[in-house]
Amino acid sequence: MWSYLFKRLLHMIPLLVGVSLLTFLLMSLAPGDFFTALSQNPQISPETVARLKAQFHLDRPWYVQYFYWFKSVLQGDFGYSMAYKIPATALIVQRLWNTFLLSFFALIIAWAIAVPLGIWAAVKRDSWVDRACSLVAFVGLSVPDVLLSLLALWFAAATGWFPVGGAESPLYDLMTPAQQFWDRTHHLILPALVLAAADWAGIMRQMRSNLLDTLRAEYVTAARARGLGEGRVVWKHALRNAINPLLTIFGYSLAALLSGAFIVENIMAWPGLGRLTMEAFFAKDSYLVVDCVVMATGLLVVGNFIADLLLAWSDPRIRLNK
Amino acid sequence: MNEATPIQNPAAGRTLSPWQLFRRRLKRRRIAVAGGMVLIGLYLVALFAGFIAPHSFERLDRDRFFHPPTWPQLAGFHLVVPRDEPLPGNFKYRAVPDDTRPVRFFVRGDKYRLFGLIPAAVHLFGTGDDNYPVYLLGTDQFGRDVFSRLLYGSQISLSIGVIGIVLSFTLGMIIGGVSGYFGGGTDTVIMRLCELIMSIPALYLIISLRATFPPGMSSTQVYAMIIVILSFIHWAGMARVIRGMTLSLREQQFVLAARALGQSNLKVIVRHILPNTFSYVIVAATLSVPYYILGEVVLSFLGVGIQEPNASWGNMLTAAQNTEYLRNYPWLLAPGAAIFVTVLAFNFLGDGLRDAADTKA
Repeated sequence: MWSYLFKRLLHMIPLLVGVSLLTFLLMSLAPGDFFTALSQNPQISPETVARLKAQFHLDRPWYVQYFYWFKSVLQGDFGYSMAYKIPATALIVQRLWNTFLLSFFALIIAWAIAVPLGIWAAVKRDSWVDRACSLVAFVGLSVPDVLLSLLALWFAAATGWFPVGGAESPLYDLMTPAQQFWDRTHHLILPALVLAAADWAGIMRQMRSNLLDTLRAEYVTAARARGLGEGRVVWKHALRNAINPLLTIFGYSLAALLSGAFIVENIMAWPGLGRLTMEAFFAKDSYLVVDCVVMATGLLVVGNFIADLLLAWSDPRIRLNK
Repeated sequence: MNEATPIQNPAAGRTLSPWQLFRRRLKRRRIAVAGGMVLIGLYLVALFAGFIAPHSFERLDRDRFFHPPTWPQLAGFHLVVPRDEPLPGNFKYRAVPDDTRPVRFFVRGDKYRLFGLIPAAVHLFGTGDDNYPVYLLGTDQFGRDVFSRLLYGSQISLSIGVIGIVLSFTLGMIIGGVSGYFGGGTDTVIMRLCELIMSIPALYLIISLRATFPPGMSSTQVYAMIIVILSFIHWAGMARVIRGMTLSLREQQFVLAARALGQSNLKVIVRHILPNTFSYVIVAATLSVPYYILGEVVLSFLGVGIQEPNASWGNMLTAAQNTEYLRNYPWLLAPGAAIFVTVLAFNFLGDGLRDAADTKA
């Protein structure tokens, strides 16, 4: 098992290097850079601009820039944000944490809704419960994140129950720790719900069809033939095997979750990686864009690794085979 | 769930082709057929958008910002629209009693080009009088008709999906086919590239790709750019699946026969292997159209896609991001409803197609 996990871990490194290379190449193809606007300012001498450019290695070819960037990243330094004028590492870590919080809570909400509903729909197959669930799931799959986020904004503005955007109140720094905790939770609830609403439908449908498949299996018929109660058949025999494929889609759902978070963050002003990416994009802060893309990919890759870990833990065939 | 499909058609006394069987199974899925009907309707409306829209997409009505939706009322034997006068204060309007104009059909109005080519000025309906406008879905912050803009926006949203699918699926099928057929080093390189593209969360990659395009592009260039960006990401997933199917297909007798007959590799892939993946491809294509529609919406919404004054469902929603607008003028969310209906219809149709193509069910 350990060698399998070690291999998976090693696999992540070339992937992340590849992603950073690709993003770097793309950003080098982008017309203009952060200093293009500065060079049009008559109050700033061309020499100053050239000096600043040289300081950020922006006067060198992209692969040289990449080399400098890579070297400092290996030392845990993600460079300096030209637009924010602070070290990028602090900025990235804070935003990464926010995106992680948002995605993590959305994930918990989505799975807490989707798994029981999926089980219920499969057990009561073709009943009104099943039909209602599948209809709602279809609607859930089709509602665009953009619309859901806008509706949530409208809801927050109309009722006043939730703050309209942001991650903390303006007076956050003056609060006691307990108040701070509540303030952050209060800000988190609505974006996390929106993100979960976009995510649960796929998981529910998968759970339902997995359980239906296992309920058709012969060992389930055998369990019933032995005279076991239906509850015991479903919970003890069928469900355990139905959960396995679900762990596989956990990885896929993460990718969708991060893209969804990108939209939710930008509309609901949640200061996460997605929002930072857009801000860096508009400011032409190219290193920061690369940092964000690599970080988001890292989040996804680590999530997939955890999914593999869970899968290896729950399914002996995987950990013994490889 | 459904009874076994008869292989023999007793009336005709002959075997049904796979295509006929497929159509039969599809017809039984009412909701998929309904989804298909809705889509046909939407595409027809998009095709004749200029004719059906009562106004042009960029016509500004400076007297009527945030005008609420007005629906024609029945008076006697014809439809009439009232004249609204603005009340003092913030964009509130009141209908003037007994001051109406009948709605006329095939009325002359703003100039437009039918199908983007034929100059025309006849609209399906309207009053022909600028003081009595028909705003079915109200107006936005510049006094532009939301309904008309919705129709013009549908041309972009609905066509982007189809063109994008053709582009990315052609690319994905050929690359996937080549990768699976030749195997070895080619396969490894292509598959690593696919993994690379698929491992970046889609929107982050979309924004990085967007950065490589210069600012100040024409609307046609932006339109093409959106398709290229979305297809660049989308082909990878397709290529992987096609590669998997090719791996098993290339060992089959008919492929070996074709190779033994001395056909070129390209011909074997295109003529013999890829057609066997079509049933999967059609289903996957239908289910992927929403990805393109939503991709355009997000890009335009974030201000890096279709630019004003051109209308797209995404950039129309940007106005709704202002909570003050959203609370007071909820009709600005109309494009959101349009996206929802379109995506729902595609999902219903795609789901039905998948079940109908699944011969084991």
